[in-house]
Amino acid sequence: MNKNFSKRHKAENRFKAYGFFSLILAATMLAIIVGSMIYRSIPAYTNYTIDLEINMTEISLEDGIDDINYRGIIRSSLFSFFPEVQSRSDKRKLFKLISSSATYTLRDFVRENPSYIGKKFYFNVLFTDDSDLFYKGYVDISLPEDERRLDNKEITWLNQLDGTGLVKNKISKNLFLNGDSREPEVAGFWGATIGSLITITVTLLLSFPIGVLTAIYLENFAIKNRITDFIEVNINNLAAVPSIIFGLLGLAVFINFFGMPRSVPLVGGLVLSLMTLPTIIIATRTSLQSVPPSIREAALAMGASEMQVVFQHLLPSAMPGILTGTIIGLARAFGESAPLLLIGMVAFIVDIPATFTDPATALPVQIYIWADSPERAFVAKTSAATLILISLLVLINLAAVLLRKRYEVKW
Amino acid sequence: MDKELENNNIIKNKALIECKNVDVFYANQQALFGINLNIGEKEVTSLIGPSGCGKSTFLRCINRMNDVIDICRVEGSIKISNEDIYHPDIDVVELRSRIGMVFQKPNPFPKSVYDNVAYGPKLHGRILHKDDLDEKVQKSLERAGLWSEVKDRLSEPGTSLSGGQQQRLCIARAIAIDPSIILMDEPCSALDPIATAKIEELIDELKDNFTITIVTHSMQQAARVSQRTAFFHLGKLIEVGDTEKIFRSPDHEQTEAYVTGRYG
Repeated sequence: MNKNFSKRHKAENRFKAYGFFSLILAATMLAIIVGSMIYRSIPAYTNYTIDLEINMTEISLEDGIDDINYRGIIRSSLFSFFPEVQSRSDKRKLFKLISSSATYTLRDFVRENPSYIGKKFYFNVLFTDDSDLFYKGYVDISLPEDERRLDNKEITWLNQLDGTGLVKNKISKNLFLNGDSREPEVAGFWGATIGSLITITVTLLLSFPIGVLTAIYLENFAIKNRITDFIEVNINNLAAVPSIIFGLLGLAVFINFFGMPRSVPLVGGLVLSLMTLPTIIIATRTSLQSVPPSIREAALAMGASEMQVVFQHLLPSAMPGILTGTIIGLARAFGESAPLLLIGMVAFIVDIPATFTDPATALPVQIYIWADSPERAFVAKTSAATLILISLLVLINLAAVLLRKRYEVKW
Repeated sequence: MDKELENNNIIKNKALIECKNVDVFYANQQALFGINLNIGEKEVTSLIGPSGCGKSTFLRCINRMNDVIDICRVEGSIKISNEDIYHPDIDVVELRSRIGMVFQKPNPFPKSVYDNVAYGPKLHGRILHKDDLDEKVQKSLERAGLWSEVKDRLSEPGTSLSGGQQQRLCIARAIAIDPSIILMDEPCSALDPIATAKIEELIDELKDNFTITIVTHSMQQAARVSQRTAFFHLGKLIEVGDTEKIFRSPDHEQTEAYVTGRYG
């Protein structure tokens, strides 16, 4: 008898230990993933810049702001540090150390502040991604020259520039405020984030009402027969269909048949709605079923109509479950990239979208694009964008928890 | 036997509910066989019988709660005040607004005590003024013998009350719509003896104003609260008559076996 008891206690303790161990394992894995993401993303948040002395004393407003040779001005400012560089090819090489965006940022700055014309002033320009990585110590100088992105000459120049005291490491506003770009130092994830948010808004607006109403109809009003059984089986089936199939469907139906534009959040939202609908329908039906039947009977016996029973009793009690299901569905849609690739939301889009029909990309797709890019600097950007995606998902799930708490019914 | 049944069906009070040849089927299974039963106005009729004998099914025919079950089919005629309630022109929602129902397990809505009682009057748009509604809630709770216990807790959820209080809240909720009939489906089966005694007292008081039909498993309860008793067995109405007669000298052996506890 005693032996039997000790055996049972041992088995119980062993089971607890297994559970604890798997929890620790999962937590460690998560910590490693997030930790490595954070570590890898560090170079993305800052960018090395240089204050160049811009000489506009010989230029007047009459020349026309757009016709000023901004590129020439920046070039001469940069070359003034290196009077010994004379050959054409060396000059080209030297100019390539700073970002090609410098010309446009200076132009935009002068356009907004025409009073600087005719003056001499310092202007902060970005280094190109390779120079930036050199300053951050990611270029291994011990490697043979032809295996590096920067040759010895360029490294000497960069060290020389560093000696002037004009080189500074600054927070990279571009990362947070820009759309995509071919130049890693200019590229940002704001465009993709907005694209994702617009897409998910379309998804929410379509799938939540349609899904909940469908579930209510199937659960409370539809006559149970072969057709409704068939529909039910299909809905459950759709929830398991790979997302890329929905992308193909969207391409065939929305774009090719209805002639909707490519790469727009509206179509993205439609496709993701198709994907989210089964999840919402199933979650809503389950929540409706879990409302005690006694409540339904009580309301019916009081003389409530079927619709009043649904909207006054079943729906309020089922709300926490419905919201949880919806948000889980939306979170899945938010992190989805495959169907968006097929409807063209993988396009290279520099502008930040503002409406449902502006070309856009989404955060997961942006991560895919960056991860696929050859430039070394995109590695850090990919990690940074991933962290943003994870943070947004945490926020969405937090909203789910709060909403559930708020609407929870105590029996 | 049918003759006897007919004789017993003659009741002192005017019959409010008249049932003729009521058959109920669940899909192909017949649950009730030709029930002929009259229920008198402003008295308590108890339905007794072993589990699965169809007494609850019969009760639910009276306010057409069986309509909710897809596979359930009701045949025969049930008249309330000479109106056939299974006639196609009858509005079920309107019918149910005239009949209150109390269930086996207390089932208050997950709303405040006040909102539970105010639900019916508001639902049917009978009381629009806030003061009138307050009065109605108080009166209903008083009639259900709950007012003194909950008058300071009106805004608390109905589900926070004790089991017996919840059941009386459900009774208050049912009488708030001023029904002519109250149906009770084993209202005390989930309650302790003290709460049961309170409910029984309440039923006794309510019979002056309402026609009450109660399904019960407790013989003593049937004897205590009802004026008439109907004994069901295997979907058939075996015997109906004055409660005293059913318990003292029933005509049928089966009834006697059941009420004396030798069977069932």
